[in-house]
Amino acid sequence: MIPVAFDYTKPSTVDEAVQALIAGGEDAKVISGGQSLMPVLRLRMAAPSVLVDVGGIAEMNGVSDDGDHLLIGSNTTHHDVMNNALVKQHAGLLAMTAATVADPQIRHRGTLGGSLAHADPAGDLPTAALALECVMVAQGPKGRREIAAKDFFVDYFTSALESDEVLVAIKVPKMGDGWGYHYEKFNRTAQAWATVGVAAAVKRQNGTITEARVALTNMGPSPIRASSVESALAGASASADAIAAASTSAADGTRPTSDLHATAEFREHLARVLTKRAVAQAAGV
Amino acid sequence: MTHVPISVTVDGALYEAEVEPRSLLVHFLREDIGRVGTVVGCDTSNCGTCTVLLNGRSVKSCSVLAVQANGANVLTIQGLAEGDGNWHPVQQAFKECHGLQCGYCTPGMVMSAVDLLQENPSPSEEEIREGLEGCLCRCTGYHNIVKSVQFAAEMMGGK
Repeated sequence: MIPVAFDYTKPSTVDEAVQALIAGGEDAKVISGGQSLMPVLRLRMAAPSVLVDVGGIAEMNGVSDDGDHLLIGSNTTHHDVMNNALVKQHAGLLAMTAATVADPQIRHRGTLGGSLAHADPAGDLPTAALALECVMVAQGPKGRREIAAKDFFVDYFTSALESDEVLVAIKVPKMGDGWGYHYEKFNRTAQAWATVGVAAAVKRQNGTITEARVALTNMGPSPIRASSVESALAGASASADAIAAASTSAADGTRPTSDLHATAEFREHLARVLTKRAVAQAAGV
Repeated sequence: MTHVPISVTVDGALYEAEVEPRSLLVHFLREDIGRVGTVVGCDTSNCGTCTVLLNGRSVKSCSVLAVQANGANVLTIQGLAEGDGNWHPVQQAFKECHGLQCGYCTPGMVMSAVDLLQENPSPSEEEIREGLEGCLCRCTGYHNIVKSVQFAAEMMGGK
């Protein structure tokens, strides 16, 4: 289908983009790679008055090393995230997760910032960002602010960004030595969204798990940390039995929906099974 | 609705046009400049039939706005053969290995395979299947499509 008519502007700086969003009002919409937005536009589920294309803003491109974290420009494509040497070295979970998004054509266009701002509960990258405790750098009329991943994903397809704010970059804390990671996704067909997904990062020392981060995809309106699993794993032995025992509480506190793809009960079951698999892989068990 | 001027290089020729911002790249290719080799399959970002190379990388042209291709270089299935009409090795391989049945998905399959082989000249069978994940063949002729890509890789010296 052909989208509803809209105006189009392509600013070359973030300041210009913010001005365009202010001018466009509530119905203005940011587009970068457009791989989440285009399907929505074609189905006429959205009818923006103006699209502000941030794809030409140079400072929103690329990955840089910024001391204890990486700074990834919002426009960085999934393909570049999964192949970038810095990301693979310091935030391997993000590279691994990006490689599971959709298919090669989508990954050539779709961007990290776009995926996070879209806040799809079935999106993989928000879950990885939550597990990695990323920080979103947003710019609006009042300047820049930083939003922790745990505060960024608010509800179904709703982030903490205001309508006149642009997600400029993502700060990704470097994982130090001793960390292992894994993203485990269950979907029914190639290129389908996650029925449930689990991102795990585990720090091991002498056969013991000293710290674990576990985040879940599509187990509620936004990605959620499986905090009871994390507590159960902290200090546990890095063994299959201990991981299996901890994973039984993976669905605690979640609010999965029932839909065409799975019932809520099945999603809870998947959360437990996939958590066990993801943590075991991350812990090298 | 205001039209926006764009200039896009398609299969080696420069086109200048005024498009509505909501025009999809695939509609620009087919309807504005008559490059109808690129077809629309699903129109929902799923099937990959409309795949073209945008600045050298495979994209679904139903999921890119024509205005977003302003200044870009687009290669479609129609530009793949050399100027003298010699087929690209991937096209030859699809013919040799019977990599098509009804042929509708073929433009997207071929363009995706070209992209796959430029990134990975000697892919394993699994890498080919994953590399073509974004393309659907409703005849389910995947087996020969995979064989075609393997044969193309051999012809292109990647084996």
